[in-house]
Amino acid sequence: MKLHYKVDGGAFTSAGFAAGQVKRTLRQLGISPEIIRKISIAMYEAEMNMVLHANGGNVDVELAKDYITVVLEDQGPGIEDIDRAMEVGYSTASQKVRSMGFGAGMGLPNMKRYADELTIDTKLGVGTRVELKVFI
Amino acid sequence: MTVRELYDQCDLTLVAGEKGLDNIIEHGFVGDLLSVVMGRAQENTAWVTIQSHINIVAVATLINCACIIIAEDYEADADAISKANEENIPLLVSKQSSYEVVKQLIHLGIL
Repeated sequence: MKLHYKVDGGAFTSAGFAAGQVKRTLRQLGISPEIIRKISIAMYEAEMNMVLHANGGNVDVELAKDYITVVLEDQGPGIEDIDRAMEVGYSTASQKVRSMGFGAGMGLPNMKRYADELTIDTKLGVGTRVELKVFI
Repeated sequence: MTVRELYDQCDLTLVAGEKGLDNIIEHGFVGDLLSVVMGRAQENTAWVTIQSHINIVAVATLINCACIIIAEDYEADADAISKANEENIPLLVSKQSSYEVVKQLIHLGIL
């Protein structure tokens, strides 16, 4: 099964919509709560990053027999220092966003923690592609 | 305990998500950084926060929170209220600090 979502940039209010939709679909399909939790958290973080940093993008979800992959692609600024971005607490988020409880520097660490596989391809000024995989 | 029992025993205002009042509370969590809550809170948690915008409902839904308690009498945003009603996540507001709310949760046996 394949699902596609377009995520709006700057739309904090609808952020998490795609992750919520995927969660609902997986629940209807009878996927175990632990798997749903893993993919939901990883995907929410990636989706939020796209909204907060990259003016939105596209999300493609593939549900196969023994895995779920979520690919998030944006045409944002790219990640300058991926090693630092992976560090807990490191964030480039604005003060405004931080005051809303984002920008804790936990997004990428949470993705790494909850996805079984995390692949990030990023190029400055071109965009970022994040692939999350959770085995069922 | 259920969210309803908590609501009955504490000085809280229910602003949304009435249909979720029978949700079971097994744990508590306090935090205002969404990713920390997302990564650390368990299922069936009563989440205490001072954030009051719509994204708290998104987080609570994704990790199956029992309810959200907004401390310090912060006013929930209108779109947070409508989303909480849609998702059946009880949104409760307390006049007290997060610390005082947590003390009450502990007193009621949510450890």
